[in-house]
Amino acid sequence: MRHIISVLMENEPGALSRVVGLFSQRNFNIETLNVAPTDDPTLSRLTLTTFGSDQVVEQITKQLNKLIDVVKLVDLTEGQHIERELMLVKVRASGAQRAEVKRTVDIFRGNIIDMTPSIYTVQIVGESDKLDGFLQALGGMHILEVVRTGVSGIARGEKTLSL
Amino acid sequence: MELLSGGEMIARFLKDEGVEYIYGYPGGAALHIYDALHRQSDVKHVLVRHEQAATHMADGYARATGKPGAVLVTSGPGATNTVTGIATAFMDSIPMVVICGQVMSYLIGEDAFQETDMIGVSRPIVKHSFTVKHPSEIPAILKKAFYIASSGRPGPVVVDIPKDMTMPNEKYEYSYPESVSLRSYTPPAKGHSGQIKKAVDLLLAAKRPMIYAGGGVIMGGGAELLTKLAQQLEYPVTNTLMGLGGYPGTDKQFVGMLGMHGSYEANQAMHHSDLILAIGARFDDRVTNDPDKFCPSAKIIHVDIDPASISKTIRADVPIVGPVIQVLEEMMALIDDAPARSNQDAIGNWWKQINEWRQVHGGRYDTSSDKIKPQAAVEACWRATNGDAFVASDVGQHQMFTAQYYKFAKPYRWINSGGLGTMGFGLPAAMGVKMNFPEETVVCVTGEGSIQMNIQELSTCLQYGLPVKILCLNNGYLGMVRQWQDMNYEGRHSNSYLDSLPEFKTLMDAYRHQYVEIRTKDELDAKMEEAFAMKDQLVFINCYVDPEEHVYPMQVPRGSMRDMFLSKTERT
Ligand SMILES: Cc1ncc(C[n+]2csc(CCOP(=O)(O)OP(=O)(O)O)c2C)c(N)n1
Ligand SMILES: [Mg+2]
Repeated sequence: MRHIISVLMENEPGALSRVVGLFSQRNFNIETLNVAPTDDPTLSRLTLTTFGSDQVVEQITKQLNKLIDVVKLVDLTEGQHIERELMLVKVRASGAQRAEVKRTVDIFRGNIIDMTPSIYTVQIVGESDKLDGFLQALGGMHILEVVRTGVSGIARGEKTLSL
Repeated sequence: MELLSGGEMIARFLKDEGVEYIYGYPGGAALHIYDALHRQSDVKHVLVRHEQAATHMADGYARATGKPGAVLVTSGPGATNTVTGIATAFMDSIPMVVICGQVMSYLIGEDAFQETDMIGVSRPIVKHSFTVKHPSEIPAILKKAFYIASSGRPGPVVVDIPKDMTMPNEKYEYSYPESVSLRSYTPPAKGHSGQIKKAVDLLLAAKRPMIYAGGGVIMGGGAELLTKLAQQLEYPVTNTLMGLGGYPGTDKQFVGMLGMHGSYEANQAMHHSDLILAIGARFDDRVTNDPDKFCPSAKIIHVDIDPASISKTIRADVPIVGPVIQVLEEMMALIDDAPARSNQDAIGNWWKQINEWRQVHGGRYDTSSDKIKPQAAVEACWRATNGDAFVASDVGQHQMFTAQYYKFAKPYRWINSGGLGTMGFGLPAAMGVKMNFPEETVVCVTGEGSIQMNIQELSTCLQYGLPVKILCLNNGYLGMVRQWQDMNYEGRHSNSYLDSLPEFKTLMDAYRHQYVEIRTKDELDAKMEEAFAMKDQLVFINCYVDPEEHVYPMQVPRGSMRDMFLSKTERT
């Protein structure tokens, strides 16, 4: 099953490499990964998605928790949560294609954030499935470049991952 | 407050932390620290001949005392030479702090002379690591390092110190940090009472119980309590390779070591048990054999300080995360209050069954051969030392024979590299023990292969007067490798024969140590006694043993606990 694990960790050099190193060392997979400082500059938040059986994910969270740099973590997929990913897509669009791309972007509630006479650069935000869907919908078009941030997530309601 | 340079702070901190010896080797990036050590006399530095040996010395000390060992090396090759020792300590959860010099901070990343990213190199084999970024941080970082190394599940910690952090003329205020707090690290202080209650209920109702105790019982200081609990319940106890001595090896409730080279009765009893109390043990693959076939009818109570050890390979029915002492105390209290037990008959039958199993193999070996059997050599050593020595071992057949035949009566006395299986560990580990227990008999049991992996330390022994006894079970082979080749490769001994062994006699002369040779069975006891009688001298006992001998029992690969070879011709 797919899991989204969100980690609050010390904002120190070396912390990230310990987390990432743990995954290769213990033969766990990482599907997506993102990390940035939080409102508290001494902490960063790292979110990763991984696939694994319950037993594997239990080991992953236990091993992550053992890292001294990890302050707290949560498996967001264990409860109700919101997840978002941002994607930038550069697509060739000239002539009749321009209207077609524009329509698809609108349907997916994306934005065209840059353009040249022959290119649109599109920004889409949503769950990863939606991003996949958009790429599929562009099917016939000539996609030049795709950049995705990886998943970020937050629990619904009262629950927070903070100190 | 006092003003000290970074180098002086290190020396002073070690003193304030109660560190008596630090093991190490100097070099450019560590010279300011070495100079500071030279100008004080509280902390004694022990100069090894190879940095790996420094880590094993510190490790031997830690295993014999439960306290963290300290190591000091320079950057680059000094640091990388410690890698095997750090990994050895990591696998066996041994507390250790390794201070590494580093190139000037402004040179880091430029491939400067003797620059190695030691934090990166050591990352997968440390509990944690630190880089010093300002000299004033040194006391706090070292305090954290010692605290992390020795609390919770212990392990090695690396502290990387760039040379410009220890400049002699840059002084900062020093005070010893009495306490330490880390918001992201709180070792478990107490096991869950509900779970402990559940465990005790299961224990008191069990019909075929087994207590499976590992190294965590010893390092957690729980050996005495566990022994009390086991004797109160009158349940059988098995120890892992790491846990030997955690329960008295000569006691009637002890069924021997379990696992790959465990006793027949321990492995059978585990397989047939209905309840396993696993404590300070981690269901290592050399214990469980095929996890899918592991102990099919057993419920499992697993007590460990490290939650990640629980249900990692074998699912626990009652997981308990906590320090062994606290958990055992709470268990004892519940057992004391429990009404009379109803499982007495069942336990009686269980012991009857176990005693039958004891007759099947019972640690037998061929005593009629005219060659010296390695098992007999270990037994002779046990006699010559009254079973009360500190025994450090190298890795190979001799290690397994020692584990099987030296019946350890006390904890902290069996010093071996269980998890990593590091050849070359034995001699320096024995030295670390001897340095701190000068009055005690310290033996290094080794093979002619292993001893050569750190043989340069004979020189350190000379310098510091470390009269350890080296018992070399000389079979002329990398015996354990040969055994596997006999069993799995139709006896093709690819590179397991050690040609051109040194004249150990001449070698001992060169280092001004003593040498005793044992070639025949009838001189075994007398020569052994002669060697151990030379209290103040290092003696190398070159004992020629049967090169053909194999270690048995040996579990059949991918079988269950009870599937074993019992000799070259018998299997279960
Ligand atoms: C550093 C290291 N290299 C290789 C091995 C693999 N190995 C395990 S036992 C062994 C043979 C040890 O030979 P010896 O010290 O003579 O002991 P014996 O088995 O003959 O008693 C070897 C090579 C190891 N454990 N450690
Ligand atoms: Mg040998």
